Formats: sequence, C-alpha cells, structure tokens
Amino acid sequence: MTGMPPFAATPLVTLEAASVRFGAVAALSGVDLELRRGDRLALVGANGSGKTTLLRMMHGLVPPGSGRCTQHALAPEGRTPVAAMLFQRPFLLHLSARRNVSLALWLRGVGREERAALTQQALRRVGLEDLAGRPARALSGGQQQRLAMARAWAMRPDILFLDEPTASLDPSAKREVETLIEAFAAEGTTIVFSTHNLGQAKRLATRVAYLEGGHVMVDLPTNAFFHGPLPPEAAQFLRGELPWV
Amino acid sequence: MGVMIKLSRRVAVGALGAFLAWSAAAQERFIVVASTTSTEQSGLFGHLLPLFKQASGIEVRVVAVGTGQALDTARRGDADAVFVHDSVAEEKFVAEGFAPQRRLVMYNDFVLIGPANDPAKTKGRDIAAALGQLARQGAGFISRGDKSGTHAAELRLWKQASVDLATNRPAGYKECGCGMGPALNMAASTNGYVLADRGTWLSFKNRGELAVLVEGDKALFNQYGVMVVSPAKHPHVKQALAQAFADWLVGPAGQAAIAAYKIGGEQLFFPNAQP
Amino acid sequence: MEGMNTFADSLALAAHLVWVGDAELWRIVALSLRVSLAACAVGAVFGLWLGAWLAVARFPGWPVAIWLLNTLLALPSVVVGLVVYLLLSRAGPLGSWGLLFTPTAMVIAQSILVVPLFAALTRRLVQDGLADGGDQLRSLGAGPLLTAGLLLLHERRALLTIGLTAFGRAVAEVGAVMIVGGNINGVTRVMTTAIALETSKGDLALALALGAVLLGVVGLVNLLIAAVQGVARTAGLEAAPA
Repeated sequence: MTGMPPFAATPLVTLEAASVRFGAVAALSGVDLELRRGDRLALVGANGSGKTTLLRMMHGLVPPGSGRCTQHALAPEGRTPVAAMLFQRPFLLHLSARRNVSLALWLRGVGREERAALTQQALRRVGLEDLAGRPARALSGGQQQRLAMARAWAMRPDILFLDEPTASLDPSAKREVETLIEAFAAEGTTIVFSTHNLGQAKRLATRVAYLEGGHVMVDLPTNAFFHGPLPPEAAQFLRGELPWV
Repeated sequence: MGVMIKLSRRVAVGALGAFLAWSAAAQERFIVVASTTSTEQSGLFGHLLPLFKQASGIEVRVVAVGTGQALDTARRGDADAVFVHDSVAEEKFVAEGFAPQRRLVMYNDFVLIGPANDPAKTKGRDIAAALGQLARQGAGFISRGDKSGTHAAELRLWKQASVDLATNRPAGYKECGCGMGPALNMAASTNGYVLADRGTWLSFKNRGELAVLVEGDKALFNQYGVMVVSPAKHPHVKQALAQAFADWLVGPAGQAAIAAYKIGGEQLFFPNAQP
Repeated sequence: MEGMNTFADSLALAAHLVWVGDAELWRIVALSLRVSLAACAVGAVFGLWLGAWLAVARFPGWPVAIWLLNTLLALPSVVVGLVVYLLLSRAGPLGSWGLLFTPTAMVIAQSILVVPLFAALTRRLVQDGLADGGDQLRSLGAGPLLTAGLLLLHERRALLTIGLTAFGRAVAEVGAVMIVGGNINGVTRVMTTAIALETSKGDLALALALGAVLLGVVGLVNLLIAAVQGVARTAGLEAAPA
C-alpha cells in the first residue's frame, strides 16, 4: 500500500442551496455541502432520498435548477480534477474486457502505446489480467464491477463517485470491491459513495451524510455519526437498519 | 469517431460511385423511346429492337406507359422519341412544337372482347351497334380510363354509337385506370366486355371464357406513329440517333421486320409508312 | 380450382426457371440485389447517423422531428418514386444529371425509402441504450455524438436486423423503381417490376413463379447473414446472449 501523498483538504465541489426538480418531484432541495480533497464521504438514506441525484450533481451530470454547484481546480496542481463514476450495475460495452478499459482512455485522448500499458496495469491491479480478452458481458457480476473499477483506475481519477457499488454483489465480490475502493483512497483519490449498507459506511467512510426527501439532514465525521447524538429522523433511520456490521 | 465517419462516407460514396460507373459503362449509344404498354406487351419490341441494334449499333430503351404519359414524358424531355397510337394527341404534340412531324409506321386493329356466350348479343362487324347494345343491356364493360391511345379510341367509338358517357353512363361501365393487360384480367374474372388491341389480346394468357366478338369494322383501325423530339424544345435529346431509329422504322428494313412479327402464325401489325 | 392450378403451375415454373438457369431471370435477380443492397448501404449511412443523432440531441422542435420521422415510415413507395422522378426529370431541377431511367435513379429512390426505417429503428435502439449507459458514457467523457456512435457499436447485432428489415422493404417494393426506372427491358427491369409486368400481361403463373424466386433469394440472403453470425459466435468474438 502506498503512503498517502501529502496535500491539504482543499474544496473540490461546493454546493450552495442547490436544488433540482425532475418533473413534479423535488429530487434535491437546498443542499449545502462541501466536498474536500481526501474525503471519503458516504451518502446514506432511504430509496428516493436523493443520494443518486446528489452524486450525479457533484460529478457534473446534472446541473442544479437553483442554487449553485461549483467545481474547483485542484490545489496545488491547478488543473481540473479528473472524476470517474461507478454505478450499481456497471455499464460495459459489447467488447472485450480489455477494449472496455482502453476505450475509456481513448476517450481521454491517450495515445495508443500509453493506452495499452495503462490498460494492462489496470487489469492487473484488479486481478482481471487473465480475462482481458473475454467479452466483458460474459464476466460475473463481481468481475464486471472490478472491470469498471479497472476502467476508472486507468484514468487515475482524482475523485471517484460510486452509486451503491456493491448492492447487487454477493459477499465475497463485495469484499473484493471494498478492498479496491480502499486502495483508491490510499492513493489519494477522493471517494464519494452512496450505500444502503451502514456497515460499509462505517468501514470505508471518514464522513457520513444522511439524506431524507432531497435534504441533507446530517453531515458528520463517521465516529460522530455512529456514536454521537443525532436528530430524531436520522436516529430512527440508523435503528431501522440491521445492527450487524 | 473520425474513423467511423470516414468509413461511412466511404461506403456511401463507394456504393453510389459503383453505380454511376456501372451506368456509364453501359452508356454507349442509346436512346430512350417512350411507347405504350400495349405495344410492349405485344412483344413487338422484343422482335424489332435487336434487329435495329444489329443494323445500327444503337440500343433502344423503351419506357412503356400509357399514351398520355408517354407524350408527357417526351414533353418533359425525358425521352428522345415517341412511338404511340393516338393521332389526335400526336398532332397536338406536333402543333405544340415538341416534334417537327409525325411519321406513320404501322397499324393494327382493336377488337371487342367479351364472354363467348355473348349475353348482350354484340357479335358481328359493327362496333357502333355493338356498343349501343351494351349500353341498352347494361352489360359489364371495362374501360381503361388512363388517357391511353386505346382509351381515346374507346371514347370515340362510344360517341359514334351515340352514347353520351357523361350524362348516360351504361349500367355496367367500370373505369379501372389501368393498362390493357389488367383490363383484360378484370374482364376475364368478371365475364365483362372490353375493347382491346389485337396485339395484346393475342399474347394475353389469362383468357378465361373471353373471345373476340366484334372485329373488322373500319372504325377499329388503330394507327401508330413515330415522332422524334425536337431539339429546339430540349437541346439535350439525341436527335441524330433518334432520327436514325425513326428512319429505320419507316424504311424498308423496319417495315419488313414489323410485317414479319407473328404470334401463333398470325401477323399483329401491318406496316403502312408513307415514302 | 383455377387458382389452385395456378399456384401449382407457378411453383413448378419457378423450380424450372431456377434449374435451367434462365439467363434473363438471373440478370433481373442480380439487378434487384445490386439496387437494393446499394440503397441499403446509402440509406444506412444517412439513416444510422440521423437516428443516433435524434436519440442524443435535444433541440426546440425535437418532438416534431420525431413525429415527422415516424410519419415518413409510411411513405408509399410510389410517392417516393414520383418525387424522385420529378427531381430527376429533364424538366426538373436535377435533370442535367441525366439519371432518369437508370439503375442509379432506382438506388436513389430506394435509399430515400429506407432512410426513415433506419433512422426510426436506430433512434429507438440508441435511446434504449442511452437509458442503460448514457450516464456512464457521459461520465467517461463522451460527447453526445460520440455516445451515439459507441452505442451503435455496442448494439451492432441489432443493427444487422435493422439492415435486413430495410433490405426487405427495398427489394420488395415496386412503386418507386417502376416510376424512376421505367422497367426498361435489360436495363432497369428488376424482380418486382417484372412481376408487375407479367401480371398485367395476364401471365399469372410466371408472375407467381418470379415471386417465389424473389422470396427464395431474400431467404438465401437471410440464411447467409445467420451463418455469418453463427461463425462469429463460435469464434468467441461475441458474448453469448445473457
């Protein structure tokens, strides 16, 4: 495991009173949130609470209808952060595993030789080297999610967004993916993920935000979230989950 | 992405280009002649055109439609010559300046076709009388109704029979707006009467119970003429080649070829070009 | 009973024509295939991109464009033929190209006929693909047109089916090629116009026989495509359907 490169926890994405509606539904209302470099932020909440929308807004896929969502340059590098996103079910093209990864690099304008090298590295990192030539869609659920992570890894992202990345995986696959997320974090990538699994939040996150009805009700460091006093709705939510971790 | 766009463009250009090249290769010497469906369906062109090609090296491409459409095609400049059988319409064409003259080529005759048992009692040599009978009996009659030479002839014959189609349409009169073949098909399947040119009738295979009922009346005479489209109206027409075709048709070789064309031993067309 | 004899006669005639290798017949078949395949190639180029673009782009009047596209699916072939005829006629704007009554005109007319088919089916395909992977592709940095292109690549198997549908429409139509081609013997006569001609001459058995041959030829094309797909699957180049 590489040591964490030293950097200050500068703001990466700032949301101020951000709201967005989809038709009649207010997906997010008046969200104030600041994502800082090095955060491992977990978004928790019931279905429909706005976790996915918040992730997409931070990534830049959804603009706020009102309020602001500002993306800041990296400090001290001064460039726009490279962001990648993983979804609950990874979308892979009807191509080989290798091609799916090198395609992502091609989209970023990486040259042919560098593409081949980075793809090879990424596949090795997630342990899919032997399956590189297989059609991506022929892989198991866990392998597909690992492939998606390889695709993200190859891009050397500064921020990694994950929308319930292990929700449809069996326990061992879940463990594999969590290990990879930890590896990303160890290399300095900022992580934002949504999850139903409070144990996972406890394991992986440095900071937890609880959403309800499009509002961010609670935003605390992990310890404070799980052991400190919480507003009643959040406390109810915590209790509603199974206590095993 | 550039690769995909380039590839797509290449495919499209390739396909169209292959076609243009292929058409160009077949360019040689050819003319487009607008003629009628009845002439084509009689098989005359299959007999005449190879002979003309042999003699002159010119390929004749026949577009066969109704007479009205054939003349319109020539008016638009899409044909180099016209070969139809409606003297009134052809004279009008010349008068409009689309062709310098009309040359007579050949004639055939129309016949009245109907069910062999002839319920309307039309049989004989008098077409006006026959049509009068049909009108009185209200028997089923199929009209082409398509501005063709045959249709024009049919309308003239009704007038001769003193039947006013506009005010006093016979009970069984049906207009199909179709060619000679489909009209005969209709007559065969409904056991109706129809006016047809002998050429199409002789090569028509789906006769059912139909037979020739009236023939030989002078009024059933059907004259064919050829006209070369005037370059004054359409400078691009292949005037020399089309003229060669018209000259051949009215010359000894063409006239002999026309007379030689027979179906089942019967001559269809009778050459009558004037020197 | 007449009708039944005609069917039996025509099947026998069809078999005979194929067996004997009638030169005229094969020339007509070859032209049918060349015209319709070329038209599908051209139509695919325009239709696939149009469909993909309509799936990803949003602009004022987009619903009208979609409505128009779906309406054009029902374009009668004879109407297309008429429009192209008026364009290519010497009296028309493109008359100087001298394309009327040539196979090229037939390719143009059939291309116009199949473009809406390609576009409408592709749009549905890409739009469904967008629902699945639009976010992910955007996240990876693909712009709208690139996303469309990648989804086309992704769904290439379905594209083949779309192509076959378009080919079926093209090779079976008679209205357009009759008007712009003129059904000239030896030059622009294709299977469908030959069938129309024989029908109007009253030779119904021959017309049906030609129809049977046409179906047989299309069936062979489909068989070939299926065989190619089968080979690709066994070679492991395609994922087995999930």
